[in-house]
Amino acid sequence: MHIPDGFLSTPVWAALDALAAPAAGFAARRAQHGFDESKAPLLGVMGAFVFAAQMINFPVGVGTSGHLVGGALLACTLGPAAASVVMTAILAIQALVFQDGGVLALGANVLNMAVVGVLAGYLPYHLWGRGRMRKAAIFAGGAFSVLASAVLALAELLLSGVHMPAPAMGISLGLFAVSALIEGAITMAVVGALEKIQPGFVRQPAPGHSVLVSALGITAVLLAAGGVVFASTSPDGIEHLAMQAGIAKPLSSYGGGAGVAGTGLIFLLLLAGGRLWRKRSA
Amino acid sequence: MPAVVEVRGLRYRYPDGTEALKGIDFDLNEGESVALLGPNGSGKSTFALHLNGLLRGQGEVRVCGMDVTGASLRDVRRKVGLVFQDSDTQLFMPTVLEDVAFGLLNQGLSPEGARKTAQTALELVGMGRSSERGPHHLSAGEKKRVALAGILALEPDLLILDEPTTFLDPPGQRALADLLRNLPQAKILITHDMPFARAICSRAVFFHEGCVAAEGKLETVAARFGWDFSTH
Amino acid sequence: MSYNAVEEWSRGSSPLHRRAAAAKLFSLTVFLLVLATAQRRLPLLAGALALILIAGFQVASIPPLAAMWRAAAVLPFTGLFAVMSWMSGNPTHAVELMLKSYLSALTVLLLVGTTPIPELLGSLELVKAPRFLLTVVQFLYRYLFLVVDEAAHMRAAAAARGGMTFQAASGALAVLFVRSHSRAEAIHRAMTARGFDGRFRPLFEHPFGAKDVQFAAVAAGLPLLARVLTDWYR
Repeated sequence: MHIPDGFLSTPVWAALDALAAPAAGFAARRAQHGFDESKAPLLGVMGAFVFAAQMINFPVGVGTSGHLVGGALLACTLGPAAASVVMTAILAIQALVFQDGGVLALGANVLNMAVVGVLAGYLPYHLWGRGRMRKAAIFAGGAFSVLASAVLALAELLLSGVHMPAPAMGISLGLFAVSALIEGAITMAVVGALEKIQPGFVRQPAPGHSVLVSALGITAVLLAAGGVVFASTSPDGIEHLAMQAGIAKPLSSYGGGAGVAGTGLIFLLLLAGGRLWRKRSA
Repeated sequence: MPAVVEVRGLRYRYPDGTEALKGIDFDLNEGESVALLGPNGSGKSTFALHLNGLLRGQGEVRVCGMDVTGASLRDVRRKVGLVFQDSDTQLFMPTVLEDVAFGLLNQGLSPEGARKTAQTALELVGMGRSSERGPHHLSAGEKKRVALAGILALEPDLLILDEPTTFLDPPGQRALADLLRNLPQAKILITHDMPFARAICSRAVFFHEGCVAAEGKLETVAARFGWDFSTH
Repeated sequence: MSYNAVEEWSRGSSPLHRRAAAAKLFSLTVFLLVLATAQRRLPLLAGALALILIAGFQVASIPPLAAMWRAAAVLPFTGLFAVMSWMSGNPTHAVELMLKSYLSALTVLLLVGTTPIPELLGSLELVKAPRFLLTVVQFLYRYLFLVVDEAAHMRAAAAARGGMTFQAASGALAVLFVRSHSRAEAIHRAMTARGFDGRFRPLFEHPFGAKDVQFAAVAAGLPLLARVLTDWYR
């Protein structure tokens, strides 16, 4: 879900821009491996591939069809850092060239889809991609990737004071679940087809301790987001939560800083994860 | 005449083990134009990729007096201009001018110098007014000319063109042939297009399954292998 | 792709086109900030900003109606949320959503309609965007339409055969993937053949002159003025 400008409240989009910038820089440095820019064309062309891939319709029954989002597929073929860079590039092009997604909201979209979405897509593969659970891991990656980015986006909207009556919320969450399943199925199918053509494309997940950090990070993010989303189904609504934190407009009161705390936790975990990753590769 | 290309006993195996070149000997002198003929998969393009060091096989490969290995690669690549069959892979920069200037910047020219030289090269191929355009807006013939400009800007001694007339309509083919005929560099033309080859080359080398099956005058070689799809 | 029209627009030669991309980027940022942080008398501010933008399109020789139509693509998505806001008893918020998202899209359109993307990417380096990322975007942009066309052909071919099954679609994506990968390898060969050593060197320096400063002052000043007036006018 690409969030346009005008939806997020100023504290929310500003904070997310502030988080996304270093995250994107970190991913770029990781993907680049030093001063050699020769991977840039590959990542660019694979970004074009994702755009094109989104045009291919996958029939999922009763006249509906879905299409690939791509975060998880990129993560298990290019690695999470490169996948993150590719998704960021895609989001930038979508915002500028197609006005799909806002410019001030770019940080939010990057964090949702290029950072959390990619990490969530990679994590199951990283943990279980080597064994008998491989196909399930790939499916889970696709599903989590879409679910995590969608739930996060929803949470950001609610925190900003965007109204969503309970039935609409239910429908949205239902749609997210369906999209997640579709993405899992498509990712699994495409990886399978790729391996038939040439096994080398899908990389073996490298074992490492950073898994724990990513796991913590993802869990924290999802808890925070999920908390925000489900709190909004309470009679007082999420606006109250946001009001207390002072980050959205109307007035009321609730337990306040959960969303803000969650965001802070994400930031700290990204930083910590970054340090650990760097140490591991040093 | 000084030799531009000297190849002795070139052998090359693909990573999967198939032998692509089985001992090629090849000579080309300054200003000469030779056509590489032969069936698809006979090793013509693979051979060409050895001349600027993109592939490394066994045997001797000398271009402009330099061995095509490590230290001299940079100079070799300035002297050998390779025009790939697919113009879209060759024109990888966002605008025409940036693409033509790419090689110049890599050689250490200043941005201003590169811009000037690139513009001159574009004018040489008749694309002087298209410098700001994006390659995806150009026709096949225009792309081919820009690709050539990007090579000519580096002032090479050897031009290698791999199937240059694919995707070109007859006027495009003629325009390219006229352009090439007037260039002084030695040329290697990998092509199936006999009228095009005839317009530029007098000599031909026929590849077959990784070996040189014959070489000599273009018409003789072509006739010997029935390589001329014409009715007379 | 319908984007061709915008690309045509971006290759014009109006005074706006000739301004430095960095100046236009700065003005865009001010515009978006003014819009995003506005709360009071939004319809009035929106009207003023719209007039400024339309004037901009006129100066750039871009048909304003075509631009306004194109920016409207954001409205269906926004409309959904606007309806929900309205029904939840908050019509001001509904209006706010529609106006802000629409005008933001229109502002971005004015920027990309007067600045070719490669130039815009070059100016983003000035705001310290990672060079590697910008190079990736550059290559994405270069090959976007090519790969999309390939996919469109696949889709058309499949439609002619009665549509693709799930399995066929996965196969199609795998083929697209492999082709894209091969293309990237071929590009690398072409780059190496022309002396690439791991570093992309910029061809254009981005001169920033007096006219660009003047432009930035005006283009940023106008929305700020509109905002000040609508905020404080009694």
